[in-house]
Amino acid sequence: MTDMTQPTPVFVRTAPTPARAAPLAERRPLWRLLFGDMVSAAMTLVGLLGLAWMLPHLLSWAVINSVWTGGGDECRQAGACWAFLAEKYPQILFGIYPPAEQWRPIAVCALILGLGLWSLPPRNWTKATLGLWVGGVLGSLFLMGGGVLGLKSVPTSAWGGLPVTLLLTVWSLGLGFPLAVLLALGRRASLPVPRYLSIGIIELIRGLPLLSLLFIASILLPIMLPDGVSIDKLARALAAMVLVSAAYIAEVLRGGLQAIPKGQTEAAQALGLNWGQTTRLIVLPQAIAKVIPPLTSTIIVMVKNTSLVLVVGLFDLLSAGRAALADPDWPAPFAETYLLIALIYFTICFSISRYARWLEMRMSKGSRR
Amino acid sequence: MNAVELSRVNKWYGDFHVLRDVDLTVARGERIVICGPSGSGKSTLIRCINRLEEHQAGKIAVEGNEVTGDARSVEAVRRRVGMVFQQFNLFPHLTILENCTLALTQVKRMPKAQAEEIAMTYLTRVRIPDQARKFPGQLSGGQQQRVAIARALSLSPEIMLFDEPTSALDMEMVKEVLDIMVELAGDGMTMLCVTHEMGFARQVADRVIFMDAGQIVEAAPPASFFTNPQHERTRTFLGQVLH
Ligand SMILES: Nc1ncnc2c1ncn2[C@@H]1O[C@H](COP(=O)(O)OP(=O)(O)O)[C@@H](O)[C@H]1O
Ligand SMILES: [Mg+2]
Repeated sequence: MTDMTQPTPVFVRTAPTPARAAPLAERRPLWRLLFGDMVSAAMTLVGLLGLAWMLPHLLSWAVINSVWTGGGDECRQAGACWAFLAEKYPQILFGIYPPAEQWRPIAVCALILGLGLWSLPPRNWTKATLGLWVGGVLGSLFLMGGGVLGLKSVPTSAWGGLPVTLLLTVWSLGLGFPLAVLLALGRRASLPVPRYLSIGIIELIRGLPLLSLLFIASILLPIMLPDGVSIDKLARALAAMVLVSAAYIAEVLRGGLQAIPKGQTEAAQALGLNWGQTTRLIVLPQAIAKVIPPLTSTIIVMVKNTSLVLVVGLFDLLSAGRAALADPDWPAPFAETYLLIALIYFTICFSISRYARWLEMRMSKGSRR
Repeated sequence: MNAVELSRVNKWYGDFHVLRDVDLTVARGERIVICGPSGSGKSTLIRCINRLEEHQAGKIAVEGNEVTGDARSVEAVRRRVGMVFQQFNLFPHLTILENCTLALTQVKRMPKAQAEEIAMTYLTRVRIPDQARKFPGQLSGGQQQRVAIARALSLSPEIMLFDEPTSALDMEMVKEVLDIMVELAGDGMTMLCVTHEMGFARQVADRVIFMDAGQIVEAAPPASFFTNPQHERTRTFLGQVLH
């Protein structure tokens, strides 16, 4: 209750308050970050001690006592045997592909890498780029397999290493993604047949370990097929990988589809767009943009999953490396070989991860609310 | 021929009878304002006209063509009828210009340049041609709703449906959207507007319709509707919205 005899004071601004620059964000100096309180000081100390204890061993192994040139005999000391990698890298990278023909897997790797780089900026996401990929991937198969245009024929059993890893990745994601879109849409359909079919496929495949699927594809499938019909081993493994990536990506996409407000499809319908146009132009682009982080994780898992094909006797990067280690002239430097392979996998996966972060930032700029 | 004809239209959500024997005839060029309490079926009614909802009994005809579930009928009605939603429903991943050209290039198969020219004409009419390259998220609510109107107009519809176009807007933006709608009414567009903006109803409506519990309770020209409402429920409702 205001006192009626005392009028409420009236405030009227006479001079405007000018805008001032925001205060600079406070940067914590590094030493405060590391030793600011007891807990961080203790952690820093433990970390430093651990480093001091490990570093000499690591240095002496990797640098001081390491062998950079020479053959197997020089490598029988304590240090790292980098000479092995220098000698064997073609076999690690390309498996048992005939050495004289190794320009072909090199060309395939370059082609896929080149296509990948070309496709990074969204402005290159055109029908022409899609055509380039289809052409590039089919061309890679011919280049690897030969038997045409005077190229020596090389059976898939002799393919190996990085090109197999890259081709498996590209194929399983390239075929898996459209299939995933169908499964995700099917799972949300109101008609029972596509819905239960999609749910069945997704749940069945997610319920089986990839290893068992690979065994089914490589052992059971040939038994079930009629005599005289045979499917290439690589193609069978690929089929298993396509199904797996499709099932996992479908579930990721479903999350994105659920997040699209109903008003979006209604607005598109009111404008006269049909179901296909609405899905392709309105729903899917927004759904995919919403699930970039989990989609990236799934893709990275699929890249690494390609290494499992070694259990059915295919030579991906990892199994090619293991094969190279079998040379009796060398003291089997496992650590060095696995480090090289790990480095290659890490480079691929980390690049995908960074690219996805960049893409996410770029997309959120457009649709900021 | 009439723009819209509804005869004995009925609709249920499960067991809930949301539209009950709705009869309504809208002449070409007529401006209808529909009001009524929340949940009375106003949105459902106008969404049945462009088949965003299906009615289960009765007949709806737009420009003489019956509205059914048949794909050709749906396509025909949506070509003629534009719609503006309460929540704008712009496509956030497309620019303002792309929002307006999408249906022209996809549905009408128009070349991009021509579609952009048309879209710019309507963006100019709603007074935001300078925002064409921005994304919806960068615009104010009032601007977004004006884009939504331009987007619907780009397809040159014969009938426009508005579902509470100003209800999601802050007060100071209501007028900029209503001004556009008044202009549109002045151009002779057939309009069905669900709105509680009674000033707008007085200014442009040929008929004001009051709905309650899925039925049309009263329909009258604004002069008599506001000064001399006949039905008890209309009077109660007007008492609430006009203070
Ligand atoms: N999809 C739906 N399913 C079930 N009930 C609904 C659905 N949409 C609307 N309703 C109900 O129908 C009634 C009328 O809704 P609506 O037409 O949106 O009313 P208004 O626009 O007049 O506020 C409300 O009671 C609402 O709860
Ligand atoms: Mg409503």
